[in-house]
Amino acid sequence: MGFDFDVIQRSWGYLFRDGMTFTLTLTALAMVGGIVFGTVLAMMRLSSNRVVAGAAGAYVNLMRSIPLVLVIFWFFFLVPYIGAWVVRSPEPIKVGAFYSALITFTMFEAAYYCEIMRAGIQSIARGQVWSGYALGLTYGQTMAQIVLPQAFRNMLPVLLTQTIILFQDTSLVYVISATDFLGAAAKVANRDYRLVEMYTFAAIVYFVISYSLSMLVKRLQDRIAIVR
Amino acid sequence: MNYNWHWGVLLETEPGGTGSYLYYLIVGLGWTLATALAAWVIALAIGALVGTLRTTSLKWGVRLGNLYVEIFRNVPLIVQMFLWFFVVPELLPEAMGDWIKQMAPPWSSYLPAVMCLGIFTSVRVAEQVRAGINSLPRGQRNAGIAMGLTAAQTYRFVILPQAFRIILPPLTSEFMNIIKNSSVALTIGLLELTGRARAMQEFSFRVFEAFTAATVIYVLTNLVVVLLMRALEAKVRVPGLIAASGAPQAGH
Repeated sequence: MGFDFDVIQRSWGYLFRDGMTFTLTLTALAMVGGIVFGTVLAMMRLSSNRVVAGAAGAYVNLMRSIPLVLVIFWFFFLVPYIGAWVVRSPEPIKVGAFYSALITFTMFEAAYYCEIMRAGIQSIARGQVWSGYALGLTYGQTMAQIVLPQAFRNMLPVLLTQTIILFQDTSLVYVISATDFLGAAAKVANRDYRLVEMYTFAAIVYFVISYSLSMLVKRLQDRIAIVR
Repeated sequence: MNYNWHWGVLLETEPGGTGSYLYYLIVGLGWTLATALAAWVIALAIGALVGTLRTTSLKWGVRLGNLYVEIFRNVPLIVQMFLWFFVVPELLPEAMGDWIKQMAPPWSSYLPAVMCLGIFTSVRVAEQVRAGINSLPRGQRNAGIAMGLTAAQTYRFVILPQAFRIILPPLTSEFMNIIKNSSVALTIGLLELTGRARAMQEFSFRVFEAFTAATVIYVLTNLVVVLLMRALEAKVRVPGLIAASGAPQAGH
């Protein structure tokens, strides 16, 4: 059979302007949201209040024991109901695929970022917290000014590696028919019946981006390792 | 929230007529486990081989192993699933490609799904095996050679038996990952647990009952795996070693 790699050139704008933009925006926003929420969850898990720690632990363990695809379905159907409850609408409201995906990935990845941040916080010597309190700082100040900056820095390579995984995982929004990079490639593939060419091309693009990012993380890791 | 729960739907007959929806989901769990277990065999076999190869002094072997790991680690699972399902049969010799494409329904998705998950996970197993081998003191290998063992014998009798016992906890989480990741096979038409929950939602319009049931089944499955593996870990733990907790790792 003949291959037609021309199809890639023909659909270039759709693939990158529409598809890749969706993928990268989703990755960036979900990373920020996931790290913020994940850090809050980590502080909750380490709280001396049993109820708070238990609630955060239950959330993290639940998210980590079900497949991402199922979580995507959950939020795809759940977010319209939550939205209706928030704005006091009697009917479920319409939420686009992008916002649905953004909420899903923020909530899901937060569980994974939480475990990384928890390890980061636990890697800080306890004496530093006591010194903070001895200086008259509150819990919030101690966390924000002493513990979290160091925890964040120590865990930076792992947080970034998790973000590369997040970048790859965003391709699963295919299951709710969103037009991310893979979604765009799949739509072109089915329209022109060029599945072999499009999926091979998609694999190469994902590989090049993930591999380059992982090399950057490796260099960063080496630099941080020398400083410590 | 305005949602009327109707749990009775689980006992209603599914449109295919094979039994209740609950039974339909349980059969889905069966497919999930059948996919995960078959893929796990492939992942362990290739992962052990590649991971070991990367710790040897064979330069080409290390390079080949690194290449393998980088390729399959940097392409998303769903894209790999599509490659195995849509692309590989086209690239194989025509008779073989046709044979795969013409298999009876669950098998034409099952086989690519197992290959895909097996190879995807083998990379992660390879990383664990390599880390396990590298965590052993250098003296172990030297002692083996001093005793007159060949390199292969040193691996077979000294290094690998210890490495595998050390990496059992991270392998447990990889096994749970393979169970969860098998849900991606629904994109190539395999009706495993998540796929069946979605189908149930489409047939019955009972969205949250379907997904809650699937969630509960996944959580219970996880619990069983954790308990079984904990028993196995206690049994094979290397005496005298502190149980490895491992460095924090990224995952999904």
